[in-house]
Amino acid sequence: MTRLSALFLTTSAISLSAGSVFAEGELNALVWCDHTDPALIEPFEAEHNVKVNLREYEGTGAALALLEQSRPGDWDVLVIDGIDVFRAVEADMLAPLDTTQLPMSDIFPEVVMDENNTIDGVTYAVTEKFGYNTISYNSAKVDEADMQSLATVWSEKYDGRISIYDYYLPVMGLAAIAGDIATADIGSGDLEPIGEILTTMRSRAASVAGVVAAQTALATGEVDIVVGGGEWLTAVLAEEQPELTWTIPQEGAVRWAQSIGIVEGSANPDLALEFIKYIMSPEGQSRLATSSCFWGMPANSMAGDVLTDAQKETLRWDSQTDYLGLTQLYPAPDADLDIEMQDLWLETLQQ
Amino acid sequence: MRTHDQSVRGWSFVTPALLWTLAFFVVPFLVMGAMSLATLEGRTLIWGLSLANYAEIAEKAYIWRAFFVSLEITLIVTVVSILLAYPLAWIIAFRVPPKWQRLALLLAVLPFWTSYVVRSYAWLLVLAREGAINQAMLGLGLISEPLTLANTRFATVTGFVHFFVMLLTLTIYANLIQLSPNYRRAAMDLGASAFQTFRHVILPLTLPGVVTGAFLTFVLCIGDYVTPQILGGNSELTVPQVIMVQLGRRADFPLASALAIALMAIVTLAYLASARWLRLDRL
Repeated sequence: MTRLSALFLTTSAISLSAGSVFAEGELNALVWCDHTDPALIEPFEAEHNVKVNLREYEGTGAALALLEQSRPGDWDVLVIDGIDVFRAVEADMLAPLDTTQLPMSDIFPEVVMDENNTIDGVTYAVTEKFGYNTISYNSAKVDEADMQSLATVWSEKYDGRISIYDYYLPVMGLAAIAGDIATADIGSGDLEPIGEILTTMRSRAASVAGVVAAQTALATGEVDIVVGGGEWLTAVLAEEQPELTWTIPQEGAVRWAQSIGIVEGSANPDLALEFIKYIMSPEGQSRLATSSCFWGMPANSMAGDVLTDAQKETLRWDSQTDYLGLTQLYPAPDADLDIEMQDLWLETLQQ
Repeated sequence: MRTHDQSVRGWSFVTPALLWTLAFFVVPFLVMGAMSLATLEGRTLIWGLSLANYAEIAEKAYIWRAFFVSLEITLIVTVVSILLAYPLAWIIAFRVPPKWQRLALLLAVLPFWTSYVVRSYAWLLVLAREGAINQAMLGLGLISEPLTLANTRFATVTGFVHFFVMLLTLTIYANLIQLSPNYRRAAMDLGASAFQTFRHVILPLTLPGVVTGAFLTFVLCIGDYVTPQILGGNSELTVPQVIMVQLGRRADFPLASALAIALMAIVTLAYLASARWLRLDRL
């Protein structure tokens, strides 16, 4: 899942150097923006007396290109889209992960995602956070009953009041679900009906926007609905604007998940593992879940013991069983299908 | 006749600039050119001398459209910016007392001091349905329903013009201020009206400043990603946006490089068209 906010909100490299200047070591991590929250990183730095150097990236392709251009040992930890773990493994960029030291049995079973994180019997990454690309909306401006079905979300009634999240995989996944096509089964032959739904969706939309622009549009009343939004979009706004909320329609929605692993050739594999252990701990998970960049469900169910009731309510903690059952992992196309899907997306945007 | 010492001294002055250009333009350009001739098979980069990426550019309608959109927006921005910047530069050069001109220029470039990205988001808020412009017009009774201004080409052009008017004002002002008042006096003495003086004397003499600013506007505008991405709302895609999509997930550097080379070809054509009047040394 791309996080365009990373591009607009921060510079490409962020060093969170709260640790001592006499730090004994450094850990270099290639991450999404939620990991750059000092509230998440500082406790680890203090406990291990190390400096964690974080670099945000946008898109798996950019991360893999960065790793390819780096020397072995430059990077220690990689946070990656769950559906793309295999790409990093194919490129020999992830090292096997010793899961015996991780709380695997506490992870919500639906997001363990062995089929993504384990390849040929070897586990390379672990799911750390997940959430949904679904429907965010302003409950004061729309009929909430309409938000319970994809058939009515982008109906004529909301013409010009919709923004679409600017990432083709989850949005095309939602279009597939609206067309009764399982996201895991999307093939070339399905692109025509998906394209028709996308065209309808696009014709109703005022904008196709990245994270910050979509949040701004929803918060300022420019639009009342964000297709592809979810808790990650509205949770940070919930305190000031409780009318901004989200739902999963009856047809279902798309589930995103991010994984974390150790980069092959890491100069600090032990420290990298300690970092992953921290991130996967209930405390680390609760901080990651409520990161100032974007919120999302912690993969470790024990984080519920650390999160406050208000945080759990915002995350819809008690509804997760239903939500996990209703949602599908967003499409994970092979290279050729990926090109076709991207072309269809760009053609739709240019209409 | 040049001595050996003079020759060595000359090269010692020029060499740093040559090395700089070599390292930061020639080499990257050659790498990008080579990359544009490579291909991506599956996820694997295959180096070679393939024109497949250029063929893909020629075949895909949405890419063609992106080039047209980029050119249209760039030309609109350039023309509008000139029309706004010229009078502003004129006023600063000839109507503002000399002791206040520096302050006037400072005020003109003040928006440069804020972050480009922040400024773009600020425009998004100003142009929103519940933003300042719509609220003001609603309050004045000029409109009954908010206008859709954000996430449109209008928004993109507005964001660009805000930026480039400042740039053009500087280049035109620099040209105007160098003109001797005697040119105007001579034209007037010979019976020319104010408009004729401007049309036949001032404008031709300030054309280098206008064209220089216009060229810079063209180059910066056609290659910009941030403004159309934030303000345009993807209502239409420009070439830099298409390039970014190629890189984000699939890391299709070959196609992205071919698109960048094609964009550079357009800039080169713009340069050739304006070379006669370009005076980059006056910046």
